[in-house]
Amino acid sequence: MTDATHGVGAATPGPARVSTNSPMRLALRRLMRHRSFRVGLVMLLLIVLLAWAAPWITNGTPNATSVRVRFTPPSLDYPFGTDNFGRDLWTRVVYGARVSLWIGFTVALLSAFFGGIIGVCAAWFRRLDSLLMRIMDALMAFPAILLAIGVSAVLGPQLSSVIIALTSAYIPRCARMVRASALVIREQDYVEAARISGASSLRIILRHILPNCLAPLLVTLTFVFAYAILAEATLSFLGIGTPPPHASWGNIVAQGRDFAVEAWWIMLFPGLAISISALSINLMGDGLRDVLDPRLKIEG
Amino acid sequence: MIKLILTRLAQAVPVMLIVAILTFVLMKLLPGDPAVLLAGEGADLDKVDALRRELGLDRPLLIQLGSWLADLARFDLGRSLFLNQPVAEAIVERLPVTLSLAMVAFVMTIPIGIIMGMVAAYWRDSWVDTAVMSLALVGVSVPNFWLAILAIILFSVTLGWLPSAGYVPIDEGLWLWLRSLIMPAAVLALFQIGYLARMTRSEMLEVMDQDYVRTARAKGVSELRTVAKHAFRNALVSVLTVSGYIFSLLVGGSVVIEQIFALPGIGRLLVQAIMARDIPVVQGTMLFLGFMFVAINVLVDIFYTVVDPRVRYD
Repeated sequence: MTDATHGVGAATPGPARVSTNSPMRLALRRLMRHRSFRVGLVMLLLIVLLAWAAPWITNGTPNATSVRVRFTPPSLDYPFGTDNFGRDLWTRVVYGARVSLWIGFTVALLSAFFGGIIGVCAAWFRRLDSLLMRIMDALMAFPAILLAIGVSAVLGPQLSSVIIALTSAYIPRCARMVRASALVIREQDYVEAARISGASSLRIILRHILPNCLAPLLVTLTFVFAYAILAEATLSFLGIGTPPPHASWGNIVAQGRDFAVEAWWIMLFPGLAISISALSINLMGDGLRDVLDPRLKIEG
Repeated sequence: MIKLILTRLAQAVPVMLIVAILTFVLMKLLPGDPAVLLAGEGADLDKVDALRRELGLDRPLLIQLGSWLADLARFDLGRSLFLNQPVAEAIVERLPVTLSLAMVAFVMTIPIGIIMGMVAAYWRDSWVDTAVMSLALVGVSVPNFWLAILAIILFSVTLGWLPSAGYVPIDEGLWLWLRSLIMPAAVLALFQIGYLARMTRSEMLEVMDQDYVRTARAKGVSELRTVAKHAFRNALVSVLTVSGYIFSLLVGGSVVIEQIFALPGIGRLLVQAIMARDIPVVQGTMLFLGFMFVAINVLVDIFYTVVDPRVRYD
């Protein structure tokens, strides 16, 4: 492929303009052609839009109770019905999106960040490797949800402790992924060349190793995002996650569980919201993996 | 071979030690003083102090860690603050429930997940592939606690086919035992089925690009035989590795499922202990599960070496 075949992009003058064939652009173009990535992206953007517009599209008070309208089934006034305190569930579910997306995204970002640092350090400073990786192995011995339950129990029900709990559960998974990629990259000729020309460890890591680990890390990050949304919901459902009265999809389901037969709408809609969010992010993750790193294997 | 197995076992020892130390540190960070909790509300300070001495909580942390590790070596996990029984006993009592649940779920997951993945790979890019993989995707996206409630409404409340809660031990009848586990196990398995199907499909597609598959096709072996004998056999190794991991995930997931279906297993013990701040039980349960997962990993790795002689550890 030459630039000429791409028309507009190639015709744009100026040195700052990156060639249309830069790997980044190519990947982006292939991503946008990937059907499930597109579907997932549109779904997620819609959810983010709803969460952002929450004050304008809901009554704006997720915790306002009203005894007169307890257990109202879905209707025009209350699209998702009301709960046992007469709170509007549409408002609560939309505000819950803020909590869930925020926690999921923060956890994914923090795990990728710390996992990335640990993984690269383990791969580059070989003396640290076995110590770091044994600690990661020990953390990995616990399924993520169990570790999160343990840490969450220690820290008590708060938003910050949910984030810390889930992050500590996903750091080892990111670290392993990055270490595996970094181990391959450090043997490449260009790293050798950088070392011979006197580049410091820090510079090699930042300039050569990290950028080349980004693709698998990005894919992992996306799946961690989806897992974290499910895990936050699970913790909140068990009563050790987002504390009431904060609306979180997990704790609304827990609350609706007692009335699941008579007032099915309380638990139905937040559950659907969790499923749709996780689904959209997983779809994006599939697209990213297919385009960036088809051989990558993700552990949950 | 023997050397490999021994190496793997030796590698597991430091991991277990770190698991033990991590659990200890985690529990030391738990808010709430066990002595105060145990003495009950409004107990006078002398009594609390006496209890603290009795529990050994007044000693330096390192000594406490040492004695906790020494107790561990004798399988002594301490006493529960509220259950009036040793933690190890409480765990052993509840272990059959959790293992039964995980086993039934495992038996559902492995064949269904593998078959789904193979079917999708065989009819790659057709509507069959899309349908099966959409199903798998839903499996990894739907929260199981929510699905559990829906299943109870449908199968217990509306149709009345299955019990909504409770566990029947296997010696009261195989059918009754299975009946009490079918629904929780199916709900628990769904995520893993989706995961395994996705994993099997990508593994199969990778293997089907290999030269030996092309050779098989070229020499006129039927497509079904190519997929079943040449491709699947080779994909099986990594699929089997994941199955140990899947079993761990099923045990981890049972913490939530036991809670919903009121199954008296280790998961329920753990969650109740967390709510009651019963620190020895939380500590013991986490540690037990951690050791179990390390052991499963070791077994899988050893099995892996037996199946695939190319595997070597450094």
